[in-house]
Amino acid sequence: MIKKSAHEMSQALAGGEITSVQLTQQHLNRIASVDTDVHAFLHVDAEGALAQAASIDAARSRGEKLGPLAGIPLALKDVMTQKGIPTTAGSKMLEGWRPPYDSTVVTNLKSAGIVILGKTNMDEFAMGSSTENSAYGPTHNPWDLSRIPGGSGGGSAAALAAFEAPLAIGTDTGGSIRQPAAVTGTVGVKPTYGGVSRYGLIAFSSSLDQAGPCARTVLDTALLHEAIAGHDPRDSTSINAPVPAVVQAAKSGDVKGMKIGVVKELNGDGYQAGVRSRFEESLELLAKAGAEIVEVSCPNFEYALAAYYLIAPSECSSNLARFDAMRYGLRVGDESGASAESVMNLTRDIGFGREVKRRIILGTYALSSGYYDAYYGSAQKVRTLITQDFEKAFTHADVLVSPTCPTTAFKIGEKSNDPLAMYLNDIATIPVNMAGIGGMSLPCGLAPEDSLPVGFQIMSPAMQDQRMYLVGAALEAALLAQWGAPLLSQAPVMGGAQ
Amino acid sequence: MSSLSRDDVAHLARLARIEMTDEELVNLASEFDVILNAVARVQEVATADVAPTSHPLPLRNVFRPDVVAPSLTPEEALSGAPASEENRFKVPQILGEEA
Repeated sequence: MIKKSAHEMSQALAGGEITSVQLTQQHLNRIASVDTDVHAFLHVDAEGALAQAASIDAARSRGEKLGPLAGIPLALKDVMTQKGIPTTAGSKMLEGWRPPYDSTVVTNLKSAGIVILGKTNMDEFAMGSSTENSAYGPTHNPWDLSRIPGGSGGGSAAALAAFEAPLAIGTDTGGSIRQPAAVTGTVGVKPTYGGVSRYGLIAFSSSLDQAGPCARTVLDTALLHEAIAGHDPRDSTSINAPVPAVVQAAKSGDVKGMKIGVVKELNGDGYQAGVRSRFEESLELLAKAGAEIVEVSCPNFEYALAAYYLIAPSECSSNLARFDAMRYGLRVGDESGASAESVMNLTRDIGFGREVKRRIILGTYALSSGYYDAYYGSAQKVRTLITQDFEKAFTHADVLVSPTCPTTAFKIGEKSNDPLAMYLNDIATIPVNMAGIGGMSLPCGLAPEDSLPVGFQIMSPAMQDQRMYLVGAALEAALLAQWGAPLLSQAPVMGGAQ
Repeated sequence: MSSLSRDDVAHLARLARIEMTDEELVNLASEFDVILNAVARVQEVATADVAPTSHPLPLRNVFRPDVVAPSLTPEEALSGAPASEENRFKVPQILGEEA
């Protein structure tokens, strides 16, 4: 059962073929057998998950009306608070912290009856593209354990690809949902900014951060999207409007007459040959399904990466000031006579990893007087130019598309000493965050040269998230017809027969 | 065009309240040459006629009704505190000895 989609599991639960307790136990067994190799989880809450599953089973046997994902297990990125459950954001700073409250995403998951298996590994405070920046060791890509699973949400994506969970939650500041989805052959969506509440999401860069759904199929992703989205009075940047009809779109997949814009600047030089060929083939499939393919140009996208690495560090230097060793989290050097400031300085040295410090210092510099206009101010202007590029492009096309990443998964350790090379991974995903629009990545095949998954990115205008689900469902159906089985059936078998 | 010395980085680290070893300061200073030159590209197109964007949503002054709702108990609020005493956070010395 663990290799089925969440939608199929849901039908099996409704039909009485399996109980949620059994389904949850199967996933816990799977985690026990493969997670020593994958290391997708930082914490597994077996007891809590089984108790939640039992209560859903009881509700079902009482004949209560349940949501479409009730009783289905999920892996939660360790950046979302869950009451009483260790939440570290991949940092030593929060080792052992048990939040006293649920994030709104968790509240919504619980009310949808979704069973939370545990917390997944991530780059520290979501800063990274490989999950190598976790203070608790890297996660390994189930397609090749010597390779990265993407980041920052590498744990969530790897859990899906290793069949440790059929659903997962990620967060995406510059690609942290979509890039891990791409390199693990799974599906991930960054909703429109404000579409899902940020309450209880440990902040990295508040004007860019967005939580979203991850799964193995477009429909499962849509079902989870609908379960977590919606207005939240506890997040003042949450959009007070109806959730786009994403499930309906994922079920339809009708792209006849839709205009799909290929972004000229997000392809070509720097993109791996196999990534380009799978992307081009997917465009042909969409054309066959009735869509019209057009080319669009977004000339300012080439400045997006530079602007991102000013805006995100600037906001992070401010957001991470909260880790001051006073109210929660790590405290080091609190000996008699030590000043609060020396305790703070020591704690932040020991509690933060290398990349987090690098970004805090960069942000501190970019925001300091005398440099503010040249760096942060200029980056904000680039943000305007990128948004204008999108607005113009969306007058020619209903959605925009590109490869999700320039390459397939690289080796663990390959780029960890070259920050700039690491940052280049996010070149195609960052523009979406800058403009606050929606973005999806879904698998479009394996690159012939290395037999690793390639991601296809779909971008839709703000609050038109249903459009990326329409196109995603159409492409997924066409690819499935070609392959005969989901892409993940080609991944190496792990953990023996299940 | 941009470069930072070890002492510049040490000053930034002090502002950011991060103790850093000499080795860390030297490494960061050398990495910053490359990073700052890459990010400085934003200046090529950030002309005076372009308005800055600080946030993707055109929101301002979002209010909700001022209604009392359930919140954390003192025990819950203090549950993650490194040290506490009499329902308060206990922190290291903030003022000088004479104060």
